[in-house]
Amino acid sequence: MSTDHSQSAVIEARGLSMQFGRRRVLDQLDFDIQRGEILAIVGGSGSGKSTLLRQMTMLLQPSAGSLRLFGQDTQHLSEHERLRLRRRFGILFQNGALFGGQNVLENIATPLREHTELDHATIQEIAAIKLQLAGLQPEDGLLYPNQLSGGMRKRAALARAIALDPELLFLDEPTSGLDPLSAEALDDLVLQLKASLQPTIVVVTHDMDSLWQIADRVMLLGDARIQATGTMQELVVSQNAAVQRFFQGPRGRAAMSGATRET
Amino acid sequence: MESRKTSQASLQIENGRVICGGHWTARHLGRVNRQLEHMQWPAGEVPVDLSQIERLDTAGAWLLHRLREQLATQERTVELEGVTPETEGLLQLVARSGVNVADLPRPYRAGALENIGHISLRSARNSLGLIGFVGEAWLAGMRLLLHPGRIRWREIAYSLGEAGHKALPIVGLLAFLLGIVITYQGGVQLRLYGASIFVADLVGLSMLRELAPIMTAIIVAGRTGSAYTAQIGTMKVTEEVDALRSIGIQPMELLVLPKLLALIIALPLLTLYADVMGVLGGMVMAKIQLDISYTTFIDRLQVALTVKSYLVGIGKAPVFAAMIAVIGCYQGFKVSGSAESVGRHTTISVVQSILAVIVVDAIFSVAFSYLDI
Repeated sequence: MSTDHSQSAVIEARGLSMQFGRRRVLDQLDFDIQRGEILAIVGGSGSGKSTLLRQMTMLLQPSAGSLRLFGQDTQHLSEHERLRLRRRFGILFQNGALFGGQNVLENIATPLREHTELDHATIQEIAAIKLQLAGLQPEDGLLYPNQLSGGMRKRAALARAIALDPELLFLDEPTSGLDPLSAEALDDLVLQLKASLQPTIVVVTHDMDSLWQIADRVMLLGDARIQATGTMQELVVSQNAAVQRFFQGPRGRAAMSGATRET
Repeated sequence: MESRKTSQASLQIENGRVICGGHWTARHLGRVNRQLEHMQWPAGEVPVDLSQIERLDTAGAWLLHRLREQLATQERTVELEGVTPETEGLLQLVARSGVNVADLPRPYRAGALENIGHISLRSARNSLGLIGFVGEAWLAGMRLLLHPGRIRWREIAYSLGEAGHKALPIVGLLAFLLGIVITYQGGVQLRLYGASIFVADLVGLSMLRELAPIMTAIIVAGRTGSAYTAQIGTMKVTEEVDALRSIGIQPMELLVLPKLLALIIALPLLTLYADVMGVLGGMVMAKIQLDISYTTFIDRLQVALTVKSYLVGIGKAPVFAAMIAVIGCYQGFKVSGSAESVGRHTTISVVQSILAVIVVDAIFSVAFSYLDI
């Protein structure tokens, strides 16, 4: 597990913009995401979080600006280079996006089957490890996606996202639609994964508690721009009006008092 | 960037020491994994040097762990050397949560007899469900007749447009081409007997009695029956059907009856259109291939065709329409859970309604020949 990577920024965005028709969703974003950190992207509905996530995962081409993943410019890549880059990150989609025709274990095994030359038995074993890393039991591997509860579906999807031990993990609203206990358990799980596999994690979330729990750094989007970046401690004392509006609502304050009580 | 050349994982034995190197990651372990099966391990204590490993992931750690377990059963002990704290962490992780493939739970596979039983039960339940659905629709229809004010004319008009008007181009084109094909095939034979003119009998009778009704019904089953299933199925998945119930609208009244009624009106009309287009196609082909003028063709058609042959064909259409609509809507309501279920039931709906159309057409043919119609 040597870190022979010269640069420490996993994602570098410069002047990143996105325009749909005449509507500008992202306007000249500049930011770096450092190796090994957990960066949370927050913002109101329609602030461009999802668009940004889709750009960073190479599902959407930016309309202007550059985006470098692992030091490689994503704009001028051959199909082969794209594929190689894609294998280095995993995505947890908001609704899991588990393949409905496969059971959970097969879902997790799919990336392994596609991208490795390991034999069937070994793949099954590795998939089972990921299943348990995600907090599921081996028996759960036989269930089909439509038999899973919301929390289990997220865990199964997370297990598939980490199937290849990605260096970079994108989590799209990991705790949305979960009850508070499951949400907390999922936050713990993310921290555990972080400790064991040490990926860089980019998480898009609305969940204030989650922000306090897992984020090393928080990036607030609003009006198509980055309003502020910093740790939660820094942001809650910020004088910026947009930041205050976002974090000083009753929910934000409740989450803060919860987090400060714990520490 | 990882470079291609150094990336493969390696494993070799030198002077009784096992040396691992390169990238021990899932993507690059294929060869090593195969190699592991037929290695000649030194006896007793096996020192394994990990210091040349550039990267290790869960998969690599699992192979090492499995090797250690496997050699332990052969009275060999593995001594790991050059273990970094990260490696140690991963090894502990896979030791905690690793399961051998033999111990993984296996999906339950039912035997042939059990499967036959399941399929029979499912078909029986399906048929009963369909009959129940027909009954429900009938009751709802009767209720509606008692309260004609609740009939949803707007829905009916909309369905009529969707199922009828918008199907005109495809039904017309296919009927026209079918007319051409029949005339061509029949004309070749009839010309041999100098009976070219009877091609009008052939195309007229076959189109009106059989081909136009059944072909139109099959097109509509594929076009409209499937749309009904998909629409109602999607509404079930998104809980719209429940929402309708909760605000006191009967899904039967809003979603099924207008479609049923619209299709019962639209299919005979479409069939009539197909009749006309089919005969037209025949007429054009007769002129081109057999040099039969339009007037001669129409004269002959008047002799050959009776009102009865027209009514026999068109009379089947409402029956087909009812079957297609009922099967389409029933399958729509059977959708449950996910979007995948919508696709599955749409397929079932199309297959079942086409099957039903052909079977019922055959029954009609037998019945008509008994009744000498």
